[in-house]
Amino acid sequence: MYEEIIEKGYSRRDFLRFCGMMGAFLGLEYSGVGQIVKAMETKTRIPVIWLHFQECTCCSESFIRSSHPIVADILLDKVSLDYTETLMAAAGYQAEENLHNTMEKYKGEYLLMVEGSIPVKNKAYCCIGGRTAYDILKEAVEGAKGIIAWGNCAVSGCVQGASPNPTGATPVHKLVRGKPIINVQGCPPIAEVMAGVVVYLLTFDRFPELDGLGRPKAFFSRRVHDTCYRRPNFDAGLFVETFDDENARKGYCLYKMGCRGPVTYNSCGVIRWNNGTSFPIQSGHPCIGCSEANFWDNGPFYKHLASFPGFGIETTADDIGLAVGAVTVAGIAAHAIATNIRKRKMIREGIIHPEEDND
Amino acid sequence: MAKRIVIDPVTRIEGHLRVEVEIRDGHIIDAYSSGTMVRGIEKILKGRDPRDAWAFTERVCGVCTTVHALASVRSVEDALGIVVPPNAEMIRNLMFCTQYMHDHVVHFYHLHALDWVDVVSALKADPAETSRIAMSISHWPKSSTGYFSDLQKRLTRFVESGQLGIFQNGYWGHKAYKLPPEVNLLAVAHYLEALEWQKEIVKVHTILGGKNPHPNYLVGGVPCAINIDEENALNSERLAKIGTLLKEAQTFVEQVYIPDLLAVASFYKNEWGAIGGGLENYLAYGDLPLNGIRDATMFKFPRGIIMNRNLSEVLEVDATSADEIQEFIAHSWYEYPDGNEAGKHPWEGETMFNYTGPEPPYEQLNVEGKYSWLKTPRWKGNPMEVGPLARMLVGFASGKDEFREVVTFALKKLDVPVEALFSTLGRTAARGLETKLIAGWAQEFYDQLLNNIRTGDHRTFNHEKWDPRLWPDEAKGVGLSEAPRGALAHWIRIKDSLIDNYQMVVPSTWNASPRDPKGQRSAYEASLLGTPVDDPEKPLEILRTIHSFDPCIACAVHLYDEKGTYVHQIQVF
Repeated sequence: MYEEIIEKGYSRRDFLRFCGMMGAFLGLEYSGVGQIVKAMETKTRIPVIWLHFQECTCCSESFIRSSHPIVADILLDKVSLDYTETLMAAAGYQAEENLHNTMEKYKGEYLLMVEGSIPVKNKAYCCIGGRTAYDILKEAVEGAKGIIAWGNCAVSGCVQGASPNPTGATPVHKLVRGKPIINVQGCPPIAEVMAGVVVYLLTFDRFPELDGLGRPKAFFSRRVHDTCYRRPNFDAGLFVETFDDENARKGYCLYKMGCRGPVTYNSCGVIRWNNGTSFPIQSGHPCIGCSEANFWDNGPFYKHLASFPGFGIETTADDIGLAVGAVTVAGIAAHAIATNIRKRKMIREGIIHPEEDND
Repeated sequence: MAKRIVIDPVTRIEGHLRVEVEIRDGHIIDAYSSGTMVRGIEKILKGRDPRDAWAFTERVCGVCTTVHALASVRSVEDALGIVVPPNAEMIRNLMFCTQYMHDHVVHFYHLHALDWVDVVSALKADPAETSRIAMSISHWPKSSTGYFSDLQKRLTRFVESGQLGIFQNGYWGHKAYKLPPEVNLLAVAHYLEALEWQKEIVKVHTILGGKNPHPNYLVGGVPCAINIDEENALNSERLAKIGTLLKEAQTFVEQVYIPDLLAVASFYKNEWGAIGGGLENYLAYGDLPLNGIRDATMFKFPRGIIMNRNLSEVLEVDATSADEIQEFIAHSWYEYPDGNEAGKHPWEGETMFNYTGPEPPYEQLNVEGKYSWLKTPRWKGNPMEVGPLARMLVGFASGKDEFREVVTFALKKLDVPVEALFSTLGRTAARGLETKLIAGWAQEFYDQLLNNIRTGDHRTFNHEKWDPRLWPDEAKGVGLSEAPRGALAHWIRIKDSLIDNYQMVVPSTWNASPRDPKGQRSAYEASLLGTPVDDPEKPLEILRTIHSFDPCIACAVHLYDEKGTYVHQIQVF
């Protein structure tokens, strides 16, 4: 910060005056200003803007459930969460001022996190401060270093995007071009996965490896079915026939109850939920596939997969998994090509440096 | 001359809420509350399997996650005549109690406390004095001088970094903050402890419902099977873990939340025990059944209505009667085929968008016309407040000992009259007091569950009506519940095994809705009348009253003169 100001031709005296103003701004007494000077001369925590659009706040709620690291440590030591409607002290004018200041002061440096989809059928379907979600997103994207789309709403439109999608709920990646986006799937994503993505960025100072759908490979490269501790029951043909039957009480496979584990990529079976406590299948309910696009329209939930149109009655879960896997692989190839084209353009325009791009 | 202030976004809430108020001589003379986001989930539900509805409606809210799932499965069970087994009832009650303890603690510390607690002031505190105060109000072990001193150092480093993050630009130093620095430091310490604690209590949901937020529910019971001799079911280890989590939660509520609530309230009671009362009518559907959902006399939270603050009479409510609960859209961005003034019972309800608001970006809403995405519910034409205060008053007026004890305890401790309940602070206190009750009830439900299992009853699901081929051609039902924010109901119509119509009337619809066709205000708008606003550019007092309802929406504030002319631009964009 200090170096930046000196580089721009300001004197140390100017810098100290700026720190004094900051002190007044923060309501500190004069004695506190000296320490601001010290802090400004040292490294800043990465500024984060977290926008909320058409959502239910379950992603924010999940984020604060993180066990490693705990969210207090993330907020106090790792990032500077300058805008989030759920937790920030400021409201109204002061909230918008925070948003504006971070976008100005940290142009090109801040991380943009988005929770929720954006309605496009009538943009007035979601307004904040009298402005549309669409306009707010477009403006915030401009100066963002990168974007994290939290949860199924921001990644695929989730429940409001289910048929007939009355508001035209649209995910972030369909409205944003030319910026790296990490799609962290789930309704909501697992707390430790969310924290894990943030920690990855801060620890390794680069974007995580992503799959063809923009999801971090570290958390979305395996089907729930393949990591499920009940998988041996599936392989042995031991199935729950109805809830709370003898087989349910023995913890048999929930495939016949409609389990979407065979077509769902997520780390529920490995990391599990709430610091490894359990996950839906372990607690007796089939996976509903909440980390997949359009899972709401692949229902009804309690109808098992093999009887779906497109899959013959003889089809096994593995065949279905393979079919979905093939789509994902095709997606990866298409994405790689598109990414390289986009990357060339971004490198040419100086938006990213070749060596720091790991998209 | 009156000024109009707009707060948008109202933060530390769920969703998108905007509040516009008119101020004259430093007091609010009128207020308008607007929900500015719509998703149309009721439209999406049409034509789907009723057994899936809980998952869709659960996504109405991720903060009060579970409550819509519960109301939804109850509505389907009501329509189809399904009775859930006793174990399922107890497990649902445990999930309900877990939700309340989590939600209310997070509301108090992370959504509401910063309206009363000045974080920056805590830097000036004497940690030894904070320690003395902490030990005088509670046995909570984390109360040493060293503990508070370390915390203060951490906070100082944080503030001196110049990056205040979530604390940036709060109304620090506002003269409406009354706590001494030492109490502010105590509250900040517990803000951080509560943030760490809240991730633990939700593990009850994870064990019983597989995940949190958004645990799994099931029409006809609960999905987790009980088998004390099997590692893949709800067994003794899982049950013991729930027992431990509930005990720890009760300790936190009794040793941290309640002492803090009373300590903070003691500094604000004279002023804020008389501000923000608003409506005089209260509605609670009641919840926590002990003998099935149809026997409301055996609910822990009793059902009933109080009119005109008359605590000597509790009236009955019938959610199935077309004359009792109706929704209006005179000031909402919807249309009804039978006209703008009509009221509709939710079974006949419609959700047809009709946005007639200003073209964004806009500075103010046309409050004479339609101005919100919330519909306006009424009971026999009356606006009603719902939420912790309504539940506490209905419990008190019903003569339930537990409610009387806890209310008397708080009034005595704070040395305030019973009228102080009808206020901003009364609402905030009622939330804490019911959490204390719930922490105790959770132990009872847990014991009841263990007793059932001990007697050999392992059932968690009633499969008799699971198969849609056994359903009638047409059916309708209502699922009543108490969400942390108040009375919640889902109305469903089933035709040919699919959802024909689905309507939800949620607590924040009762409280945050726009005016009805008669011009009557709902709870938020009514409660803001008369509230003093010291500095219109820093409307801390508005946040206090709005947050006392724990809104589930998102908002805005601007300044205009009496004729509606813009006098002060507080939007930056």
